[in-house]
Amino acid sequence: MAGHFEPTGDGGAAIALDEVEVSILRSLAVQLLELIGPGSEPAPSENGAAGDGSGQLEGMDGMEGVAWPPFADGPTEPPADPALARLFPDAYGPGPETKPDDSANGAYNGNASDAGERAAASAEEARAAAAASAEFRRYTENDLRARKREDGLAVVRALDALTPGEKGAVLTLGPDDSRRWLGTLNDLRLAIGTRLELTDDNDGSELYSLPDSDPRKPMVMAYLWLGGLQETLIETLL
Amino acid sequence: MGTVSVAPTEIERPESAEEPVEVPEPDVPWVTVVHNDPVNLMSYVTYVFQAYFGYSKEKAKKLMLDVHHKGRAIVSSGTREEMERDVQAMHGYGLWATLTQDR
Repeated sequence: MAGHFEPTGDGGAAIALDEVEVSILRSLAVQLLELIGPGSEPAPSENGAAGDGSGQLEGMDGMEGVAWPPFADGPTEPPADPALARLFPDAYGPGPETKPDDSANGAYNGNASDAGERAAASAEEARAAAAASAEFRRYTENDLRARKREDGLAVVRALDALTPGEKGAVLTLGPDDSRRWLGTLNDLRLAIGTRLELTDDNDGSELYSLPDSDPRKPMVMAYLWLGGLQETLIETLL
Repeated sequence: MGTVSVAPTEIERPESAEEPVEVPEPDVPWVTVVHNDPVNLMSYVTYVFQAYFGYSKEKAKKLMLDVHHKGRAIVSSGTREEMERDVQAMHGYGLWATLTQDR
């Protein structure tokens, strides 16, 4: 059970985690919560005024002052941080693909006015997609952030509830918590993958052969470890 | 005979007014497109297609492979509102999805 999840037979999953693993997972989950930002629930304050959540989120300093009115419209612009932009992508437009116009224009040396018309049409299309994305974001991003935050908080709470034994602790998740963990493990890998600037499918395999001296090595180790956790957690859900 | 020949055109006019030629294609469906990315695990993408859309394992796996090999795949179609729901759900799972009108 060490290093991977196993099914518990009732739709849940269990994994043995040592002290260091618990500490790393908790630290990563708290960093993800800081990245995502506060939801509509009050952030725990330094003097514990927020009640039940206090003391569990010492790592979230600085979030108390962030304004987050629960019923306000969400943002209309994509987040500036690339990792956040990956977690909350535009709903309209070409997606992550390289713009099809680049190759088309390169190969096309014919009628200039024809090319100009197509460029104008695609610019108009891009403007319409940006406007629709902004509207979509305004009504969905706050909800999405709140849900991802709830998942991350569930992970932190489950780790804090562990009673460590001599060789570590056994974490047991019910079906609902398994799904929350799955979401957070995936969000963590997306955020770290963006930080590592993984852009194509081959980048993943190169990570295995990084020299120890590479500054990315610790983050890569965490990324690959989380991948193993996620992969085995999925197997328990299928 | 002149009046007879005029009558049919008068009948046609209200018909053509009811069905104008230039309508904004309300029947053209919208689609949800999932894009490939280097981070999401193949097993996870398959799991999401099964869990959210209720697709069979075979169908979910085929769609996942389409995303992986072709860079993108259409995973659902319907009204714009339905596709916005699907896209929002995909973003919730961490998949990169967009919606577009299927032309």
